[in-house]
This record gives sequence, structure tokens and C-alpha cells, in this order.
Amino acid sequence: MTKKLPAIPYVVWMAIFVVAPLVLVVVYALTTPDGQVTLANMLEARKFLGVFGRSFGLALIATVICLILGYPVAYAFSREGERFRSVAMMLIMLPRWMNFLLRTYAWVTIIENTGLLNQVLGFLHLPKLHIINTPAAVVLGMVYDYLPFMILPIYSVIIKLDGSLIEAARDLGADSYRVFTKIIFPLSIPGVISGVTMVFVPSVSTFVISKLLGGGKDMLVGDLIELQFLGGAGAYNPQLGSAVALVMMIIILICMSLMNRFGGGDEEVVLL
Amino acid sequence: MTEKARIRLVDLTTAFDGEVVLDNINLEIKDREFLTLLGPSGCGKTTTLRIIAGFLKPDSGDVFFDNERINEVPPNKRAVNTVFQKYALFTHMNVFENVAFGLRIRKTPEAEIRKRVTDALALAELSGYDKRRVHQLSGGQQQRVAIARAIVNRPKVLLLDEPLGALDLKLRKEMQRELKKIQRTAGITFVYVTHDQEEALTMSDRVVVMNRGKILQIGSPVDIYNEPRCAFVADFIGESNIFSGVMPRDKLVTFAEQDFTCLDGGFAANEEVDVVIRPEDIDVTAPGDGAVSGTVKSIIFMGVHYEITVVGDTGEEWQIHSTDPQTVGDRVGLTLTPDDIHIMHKPASPEEEPVDYDADEEDEDDDD
Ligand SMILES: Nc1ncnc2c1ncn2[C@@H]1O[C@H](COP(=O)(O)OP(=O)(O)OP(=O)(O)O)[C@@H](O)[C@H]1O
Ligand SMILES: [Mg+2]
Repeated sequence: MTKKLPAIPYVVWMAIFVVAPLVLVVVYALTTPDGQVTLANMLEARKFLGVFGRSFGLALIATVICLILGYPVAYAFSREGERFRSVAMMLIMLPRWMNFLLRTYAWVTIIENTGLLNQVLGFLHLPKLHIINTPAAVVLGMVYDYLPFMILPIYSVIIKLDGSLIEAARDLGADSYRVFTKIIFPLSIPGVISGVTMVFVPSVSTFVISKLLGGGKDMLVGDLIELQFLGGAGAYNPQLGSAVALVMMIIILICMSLMNRFGGGDEEVVLL
Repeated sequence: MTEKARIRLVDLTTAFDGEVVLDNINLEIKDREFLTLLGPSGCGKTTTLRIIAGFLKPDSGDVFFDNERINEVPPNKRAVNTVFQKYALFTHMNVFENVAFGLRIRKTPEAEIRKRVTDALALAELSGYDKRRVHQLSGGQQQRVAIARAIVNRPKVLLLDEPLGALDLKLRKEMQRELKKIQRTAGITFVYVTHDQEEALTMSDRVVVMNRGKILQIGSPVDIYNEPRCAFVADFIGESNIFSGVMPRDKLVTFAEQDFTCLDGGFAANEEVDVVIRPEDIDVTAPGDGAVSGTVKSIIFMGVHYEITVVGDTGEEWQIHSTDPQTVGDRVGLTLTPDDIHIMHKPASPEEEPVDYDADEEDEDDDD
């Protein structure tokens, strides 16, 4: 029993900062402003189907792009020497030491119509690209911001792969391609699942990226929720905001548990 | 067994971080033979197998397979399969898929895969375990999956790295018989690694005794046991009495302050030699009857025999295996016949010394 003692501060912390807000969200979502229990907020959230669809769609695209970009990077890094690996990992994490807003603003100056990108294109006599304030810019921002979260878990799973399994597969006649498809990739799925989770969840709920890079034209769920809480007097509706947040949480949970089931591994995947 | 060389290792030398692990290894592995690499931990057995399998390139030297140099051939292109010392089972597959892996890579028809895998599992006494996950098996079961996974491919050469190390005595004996049967009936060349000298002697056609990266002796189990070439081999293969002696002339050796007739010759006059006498070759008789007299110092019951230590009157200790007990403190005589006495050259290099040789020498130095 005494062994559990050190966990107490953690439990208290969780209770105050994780459980309590969650309970508040649920309570708000299921009540009227004067405290009556109701499903009206939840039902009203249905009218934002388009916003949900857009959010999940863009987050999904960003996640797939992150996976396509991140997996080869993680795999390539894991094959390198120790010194290369530690430097490379630090470089990947480096941008994260900069403020999130700053990082995202930096992209505005690059991709805005008179930005760096178009100046370079103009200099090369190439047609200009209109990216800023489009969904593409939002996806770009998501990929840029969350790519490290895809690379890291995949990398750390691959780096821990038992090299003797690769030797065993080679011994049994597998060429490099089969070693990858039959051994390395299946064994790295837990990393892929955590990577996908860690990219998808923040992407689907982001509001800063869509506001700065998407111009706030196409509202995402994050913007929607923010609007309910921080919007002007007319828009202020914490009950509806909570209901939207709750719906989104439920959808994400369903997605993630489906994916864990699909991954089929015995390995526990951390839901972050 | 034909005499054709299946694999030849020529002048193999390998070092890790400047430490020589294999030192000029030359070895011919004949087609369909059961060859065992025997030696203490760290002597380079696994390293030798890794070079044959293609996981490790030797620093120098060549590997020939059917007279073709295969130094540059990758492991997946070699007609060799390995039972790994640490099993290396695929944790994301069940037992059946582990065993089927090599066959699937070779695009074997599904029906044949099913049959061969089932047979291999039966042989490894793992029938009914097909659907189990690897981590749901005991160490011994995992080891048997590793054996089945390699054998199912019917390679020309099978490399087995201590394949029975995790099994209990009874199962080990059973698997020894099974492996020997497979090796004979399927006509597979076995390169078998063990540090269990009894296993090596009972299973092999030929035994290669290694120490510190060198091959000390290659020969049939009987040769290795009866004619050890140096003190290390004598000491490592079974228990031995090893005495320092001198050969005044052929067929005469002096040790324990006496002259003994022996069968060996070809040594320089008065050459210092090591004399090996197997504990089971010494007979205990009445005091005064034998060539040597001494006092029983200790006796331990070992199951089949008693292990008796006798201190000779000139101070040397004799290990004797006998089915008859003796009483500690009694005076006894020891008889030796000339063919019980085996003469070897003194170790020419450190790896030829028996394991505790250094300690003995230091003791002597202290006495001086
Ligand atoms: N990858 C490696 N890097 C450095 N040293 C190594 C490496 N592999 C083996 N060695 C060293 O080479 C020597 C021989 O190792 P090897 O694995 O061949 O021994 P072994 O005869 O198989 O021993 P055991 O019976 O304990 O399995 C040992 O001293 C070991 O420390
Ligand atoms: Mg070994």
C-alpha cells in the first residue's frame, strides 16, 4: 500500500487539471444556462456538421501527409550512426522551442501573396501560387507543426527493434524489401499508431493555424469552440461550445479506439 | 557421408575493436556431416557461425560454399539456415507463421506450407501450438520453434547455435535424438555449436575444439577424447589428471617422481611434457600393490560413480572415478597400464593451456 504514496501528488494534479475541466465540459454541455439538464445543446451541435467534416478532413489529410513524410525520415534516421541520430533528432525538435504562434506567423510571411515564396517564384519567372487563406495553407501549417510528433514515436519504435529479427528474416531468405514489409513495418505499427494519434488529435482541434493561415474563412471545430467562449456578446454560448467539444472528444475517442483495435498489436499504445 | 567439402573456411581472421576474436581459422565442413564447434564461452563459436551465415564479413580470409567463394553473397542468398542462440523469433507472428516464414518467402504453395509446417511442429513436439503467440511460450518452447523454423526449409547446411541450451535434461536428450535423425535422413550438413562436451561427443561425426579464437583440435569424438592434443583439450573434454613430466626416451615417461612405461614416442630426449590420465582409467588396489601409493583425501558420490581424490606419497593429487567406495584416510595403491598414460607437448601458446593452468603456475612461482 505504501508503494502507492508517491502517486498521490500525481493523482491530485490529474484530478484538478484533467478530471475537473472534463467534468465541467460535460456539465455545461448537458445543461441550460439556468441549470436545467437538457440534450438541446448536443442536438444543436449537429448543425455544425460541415465544420466537423472540414476539421476531420483537413486533419486526416495532414496526418496522412505527415505519415508519408515522417515514416521514411524516421526509418532513415534509425539506420544512421549514433552521433548523426542525436543531432538529427535535436534539429527536428528545435523549431518546437520557438513559440507556436511565432512559428505559424513565420509561415504567413513565407506564403502570403507578396511573401517570400512568391518573390522567389517571381524571380524565377514562374507563376505565383495563391496559398494563404486556403485549406492547403491550413494543412501546410498542420504538417509543419505536428510532423515531429509523427517522426518521434516511429523513430523510437524502429530504433528499439531487435536487430536479430532482421537477421533471422535475412537468414530465411528475405531480401531488404521483404525484411521491411514483413518485419520492420509490422513491428513499427505501434509507433505509427502513436504518431497518427499525436498528429491527428491536435490537428483536428487546432484553431490558431486555421485563423492565421486559413484566414478564418473556413471555420474549423477549434475556431467554432473558441467563438462560443470568446466571441462577442452575440456569439457567447458556453453550453453550445461545451457540447461541440464533447461531441468532438467522443468522435476522436471512437476513432482512436478503432485504430488501436485495427493495429491489433498486443503493445499498448499511448493515447496522448 | 561423402567426402565432398560443403563449406571451407580459409585463413579466417576477425577482430572486434582490435581484439582478435577469430585467429586464422581453417576448417573444412564435409557434405552431410555433423560437425560440432565446442569451446568455452567467448571462444568465437557464434562468430564463426555468423561468418558462415553471412552476417559478418571476416577481416581477412575466405568462405567457400561448394568450392565457390561466397564472401560477398548476402545471407538471404546462401543455402544456409540458422537456429539462433537467442531464438530471434518474430514477435508479431504466431508460431505457425514463424515456422512458415522461409517457405512463404520462397513462394511455396499454401498446401505444402501447411503440411511442412505441421510436420516440423510435430517434430519439435509443438503440435497444437500453431496459433500461440511467441511471448506465450516458455523458453524451451521458443527454442523449439526456432529449430522448427530453420529445419522446415530443408537447407543444405543448418547452423545451430546452442539449440538445446534452454531445455531440461530429458527433453534435451529427446531433441538430440530427433536432430540427429533429421540430420541423417534429410541429409543436411549440421554445424552445431555447444559448450556441453557430452552433447558434442554423443552427437557429432567430428568435433572442433576451440579456445580464444583458435582451433586446437579437429577429430572424431573418440579421437578427441582419447588423444587430446594439448592440455586444454584434455581438460575441456571430460575430467583429466594432468601432470608435468619428462620423457627421457620414447615409451618412457617420468612424473610423480617415478618412471612409467607408455605408448607414446616422438618427443625430444628429456622433453618436458604434460601427462594426461583419465580418472576412469585408474584402478584402486591395496596399498603397495599399485605403481603409486597414496592416501584417500575425499570421496563424493556422483550417481553413476564415486569421485575419489587420492594424495600420492610424493604430494600430487589424483582424481579417480570408481564404482567402489573408499574410506577417507585409508592408504591405497593406484595401478596404471601403459595405454592409460597419454603424453602431450607442453602448451605452446596460452590457448593450449587448461583453464586453471595460470593459477597453478603462479602457485609454483610463489613457492620458489
Ligand atoms: N558485435 C561484437 N562486438 C564486439 N565484440 C564482440 C561482438 N560479437 C562478439 N564479440 C566478442 O567476440 C568474442 C567471441 O564471441 P562469440 O559470440 O563468438 O562467442 P561464443 O563462442 O559464441 O560464446 P558463447 O558460448 O558465450 O555464446 C567474445 O569475446 C565477444 O565478446
Ligand atoms: Mg555464442
